[in-house]
Amino acid sequence: MSFINLKEKVVQVKIVYYGPGRCGKTTNLEYVNRKFRDQIQSEMVSLKTHGDRTLFFDFLPFDMGQIKGYDIKIQLYTVPGQVKYNATRKLVLKGVDGVVFVADAMEKQREKNIRSLNQLHENLQAYKESIFKLPLVIQYNKVDLKDHGVPILPTAVLRKDLNSRLKVPDFEASAITGYNVAATLKKIISSTVVSIQKKLL
Amino acid sequence: MNYGIVSQEQLEQIDTILSSKLIKLGVDCVIIIDMAGNIITAKDNGESKYDVYSFAALAAGNFATVDAMAKLVGEAEFSLLFHKGQDSNIHFSKIDDELLLISMFGKDISLGFLRLNVVEAIEQIRKVWEGTNG
Ligand SMILES: Nc1nc2c(ncn2[C@@H]2O[C@H](COP(=O)(O)OP(=O)(O)OP(=O)(O)O)[C@@H](O)[C@H]2O)c(=O)[nH]1
Ligand SMILES: [Mg+2]
Repeated sequence: MSFINLKEKVVQVKIVYYGPGRCGKTTNLEYVNRKFRDQIQSEMVSLKTHGDRTLFFDFLPFDMGQIKGYDIKIQLYTVPGQVKYNATRKLVLKGVDGVVFVADAMEKQREKNIRSLNQLHENLQAYKESIFKLPLVIQYNKVDLKDHGVPILPTAVLRKDLNSRLKVPDFEASAITGYNVAATLKKIISSTVVSIQKKLL
Repeated sequence: MNYGIVSQEQLEQIDTILSSKLIKLGVDCVIIIDMAGNIITAKDNGESKYDVYSFAALAAGNFATVDAMAKLVGEAEFSLLFHKGQDSNIHFSKIDDELLLISMFGKDISLGFLRLNVVEAIEQIRKVWEGTNG
């Protein structure tokens, strides 16, 4: 749940990047961190293992400017994608306002994407949130691999697997080149802010 | 409980409590956060320069982790969470299920003295909270 400070007129919004291991969640935040330096006041915080896998979360605070006189502070988080870390994934989802589900477009990751999305659904239920109601954007990441001869799933297949019931905005992307990283972020921010705006007088 | 929106009046009352109970004693910085890592309010002695947003995200994660470990070993909670450093210390205290009070203080203050004042501050904050949300 977003926190609204009426005294200082600040709204804090929590957006979580969720998805299977190595799908590119951290790479999304790293790109945002480089690309939007002037909107970011502090360093990105990454709690990771020696092998650069996320252990707990990445955190990046992002200033959105003002809406209706309120300063909007977007807090971007990633979860650890490895299967064994579900307890920590749940902790990071606490109080979430919007989710970007990052899917891995590589053919061999097809099952993992589906399993991860199902687990997101369950984890949200544990907080009495619904995946059908929470602002959500889906990103099909790593489409650049097509040019390197790596077999990737056609977007139509990914859509059918992941978005046929949810019907949320979705993007093909490449976190490593930056393709559609900003578009994904803008979309989730606008969906989330619209849902929060109703609370602002 | 609706902690999502706190009135200006409540925040001012809470800030007054933090100032008079903790900052006046020499505590460098006091932050109230929720368990999702949002900052409810932050007060400092005017000298400390912490990145409070990153701090809140890490503190919420730290507290949640310790809480989950407590449950694993069959404890309801570990009531004292305290990190001691060479020059500065951090003390965590639960206000209620959703809110955490974090104090950062130097070596001039003893832990016992701090805890005493934190307990009093929390009692007063709870009253402010219950006043409108109870
Ligand atoms: N080719 C390509 N590689 C990518 C892309 N995005 C991420 N990668 C690579 O995939 C690997 C994993 O990326 P991360 O961003 O660490 O993945 P993650 O989802 O944070 O992984 P966990 O922290 O374990 O959950 C890294 O080697 C990245 O360079 C992409 O768009 N294209
Ligand atoms: Mg990661």
